[in-house]
Amino acid sequence: MNGKPKIGVYVCHCGTNIAGVVNVEEVVQFASTLPDVVVARNYSYMCSDPGQALITDDIEKYGLNRVVVASCSPRMHEPTFRKTLLSGGLNPYFLEMANIREQCSWVHEDPIAATQKAKRIVEAAVVKARRLEALDVKEVDVEPACLIIGAGIAGIQAALDIADAGFKVYLVEKSPTVGGHMAQLDKTFPTLDCSACILTPKMVDVANHPNIELMTYSQVEEISGYIGNFDVKVRKKSRFVDMDKCTGCGACADVCRMAGRIPNEFDEGIGMRGAIYLPFPQAVPAKYTIDKENCLFLSKGKCGESPRCKDACQADAINFDLQDEIVEFKVGTIIVATGYDVFDARKKPEYAYGVYDNVLTALEFERLVNASGPTGGKIVMLERGKKKKKKEGEEAEPPKVPKSITFIQCVGSRDKSVGNEYCSRVCCMYTAKLAHLAKDKIPDCEVTIFYMDVRAFGKGFEEFYDRVRREGVRYIRGNPSEIFKRGDKLVVKAEDTLTTTPLEHETDMVVLSVGLVPRSDNREIIDLLKLSQSSDLFYLEAHPKLRPVDTASDGVFLAGVCQGPKDIPDAVAQAKGAASAAMIPMASGKVKVEAQTSEVNEATCRGCGFCVAVCPFAAIELVETTRNGWPVKVARVNEALCKGCGACAAACLSGSIQQRSFKDVQILPQIQALGVK
Amino acid sequence: MAEKNNDFEPNIVAFLCNWCSYAGADLAGTSRIQYPPNVRVIRVMCSGRVNPLFVMNALQQGADGVLISGCHPGDCHYMQGNYYARRRFALMRNFLEYLGVEPERVRMSWVSASEGAKWKEVIEEVVSGVKSVGPMNKFQRRQLNW
Repeated sequence: MNGKPKIGVYVCHCGTNIAGVVNVEEVVQFASTLPDVVVARNYSYMCSDPGQALITDDIEKYGLNRVVVASCSPRMHEPTFRKTLLSGGLNPYFLEMANIREQCSWVHEDPIAATQKAKRIVEAAVVKARRLEALDVKEVDVEPACLIIGAGIAGIQAALDIADAGFKVYLVEKSPTVGGHMAQLDKTFPTLDCSACILTPKMVDVANHPNIELMTYSQVEEISGYIGNFDVKVRKKSRFVDMDKCTGCGACADVCRMAGRIPNEFDEGIGMRGAIYLPFPQAVPAKYTIDKENCLFLSKGKCGESPRCKDACQADAINFDLQDEIVEFKVGTIIVATGYDVFDARKKPEYAYGVYDNVLTALEFERLVNASGPTGGKIVMLERGKKKKKKEGEEAEPPKVPKSITFIQCVGSRDKSVGNEYCSRVCCMYTAKLAHLAKDKIPDCEVTIFYMDVRAFGKGFEEFYDRVRREGVRYIRGNPSEIFKRGDKLVVKAEDTLTTTPLEHETDMVVLSVGLVPRSDNREIIDLLKLSQSSDLFYLEAHPKLRPVDTASDGVFLAGVCQGPKDIPDAVAQAKGAASAAMIPMASGKVKVEAQTSEVNEATCRGCGFCVAVCPFAAIELVETTRNGWPVKVARVNEALCKGCGACAAACLSGSIQQRSFKDVQILPQIQALGVK
Repeated sequence: MAEKNNDFEPNIVAFLCNWCSYAGADLAGTSRIQYPPNVRVIRVMCSGRVNPLFVMNALQQGADGVLISGCHPGDCHYMQGNYYARRRFALMRNFLEYLGVEPERVRMSWVSASEGAKWKEVIEEVVSGVKSVGPMNKFQRRQLNW
């Protein structure tokens, strides 16, 4: 303690954000009457340079040893003003903020009631400030390594940036290959770059980079610790193929008894694979994987006389006894880049997806136009679920080519009826791209797009949209209500809302431009890292504008669509942002840790251990000591493990364990100030 | 006992956890969602910090009602603090009922960082609940000098 409290109170106008509702003058007047308040002022923007200078000047002039800033939420500017105190020569924990913007002026219209409430909030801050104490800001070393979860384009980019800067990266990917959704795409809008051509070099780079340890077909199982020192446990799932021996020749896949019988996830189920497979020809690592649910030998214990794949493999790489492997390592920071799922079109039954063969999702269509896809890039009518194999000697009938293709935008986006209010930010543009590709591959094909609005907001997007329209793609404004079949044709029932004409549009193929949704297994990461979700269930950033890649958990960052829908340039840009954010603590080598930890008054602690039992971080233990010559047990806090939740303080019957900055003697006066009528 | 009065504007003290409910209340602010000014907030890092003593103390010190709000079950930033809060709250409610304190006065809710609109609903419910039972006169108020 710096002797008797001398408090300065600073009430911010925040332009009219606060002063427009709260009578700032009156609050200042009131604050100056409060005990130990030496000076009370108001200023238009306290967070500005001159605003902060007011505080530092007063610290010197009046010898202030406590500061109350009445402005926005402490979640916004507490760090700012703590720095102000520090530069004024004061311990940063002598700051208390009164939130009179987010929780007062912005939510109350009545100036009298709002001013009254602001006074109470300021009073509570002042009485708490009187009891504040100086805290030590502790530093811990940061492990110069980063865990990146998810190896789509965002995870890949972040991994390369961090590895190039000289830090170790552990890149963990659930599926057998890196690349994510971008690897499934044919061309990218608006430049029509071939997706694989720009992605595969990066995929190879992450696999070969000396600083990157790539773990595909792996899953993070446990994360404990805190910024700078996370302990990670990863399960490397067994591929039943020895990664060192496999040469990726593919002899095994050719002979698999299940070959061509299992829908290939990578081809969105349009193409087929065997039980031993490579997701796609450019997969990285180019190693085969046995999927144990579908492998006859692994699921039924028998595959003919002997498993054909094993016989075919000249490298002797197939080993059915291989077990999952658990790997443990330590990292300083974590980037989550787990990506997205596409909207399940079955949730819009009126579009008959799953009912008619030639109603497909855009990602399926993407595989259809992709040269490395199941049809070699030919757009053909699909006959799903029908045996493709003909009797020997019989010439297979060539697949039909659609004469007309119809796209429907915003399927599962901007649609409250399915709970997705947000715009997918990509379906306008990828629809335009796919329409262009359809026209390109089948020049006489009639291409129609049903849309609500066209949002071509990015660099070069509007120009591309214009180009596609010039190419003869027909845009009809109106959200179709139904798709049904009439003879061979699919019929899209809609209203042209520009001419207010109801119409029935006949077509061969319907492509549903599905939106992006949070991954169905989002929960796993939330449980691992305690991330928050926004109302659309994507992961929540710490601040939508100023901390877009940070999370509420220190040292954990977000990249790509797991945070919200993005196109490729945005995902890459955000990945670079996350990489840079993750590198800051790694580069400085030290990070400040929670100072608002718990402390024990050993003189009154009776060693009951209630605090030990409630601590979620195992940060408290009972230790033997002596009191007045008698052996006793008392609680002791491990400062590095304590995260400052205060559960122990609420559990302690004698009040002997207290959370710094949130002590009983600091909260009780707040309660009293706020309770006053 | 409880005098009903339409002009009665209750004082309600709310304990909000920093990560979910305080952020949710902030979001109501940034979204400019209007709600009654009767609730005054004390920020704690976790709802698990809320000692039942605080609730009793608030009712003694002039508050007509108390709200405790934390993260949804499973979402606690400190893993299980909100479960502690819930259990303490359940026991405390029994105790308060035994003392003759109307259950409408002390409420607990889950409000996440993205639920600005829910925060408004909770406030409206709490305020109307406390209004329905009138001012808190049960406990002697005592002026302390901290």
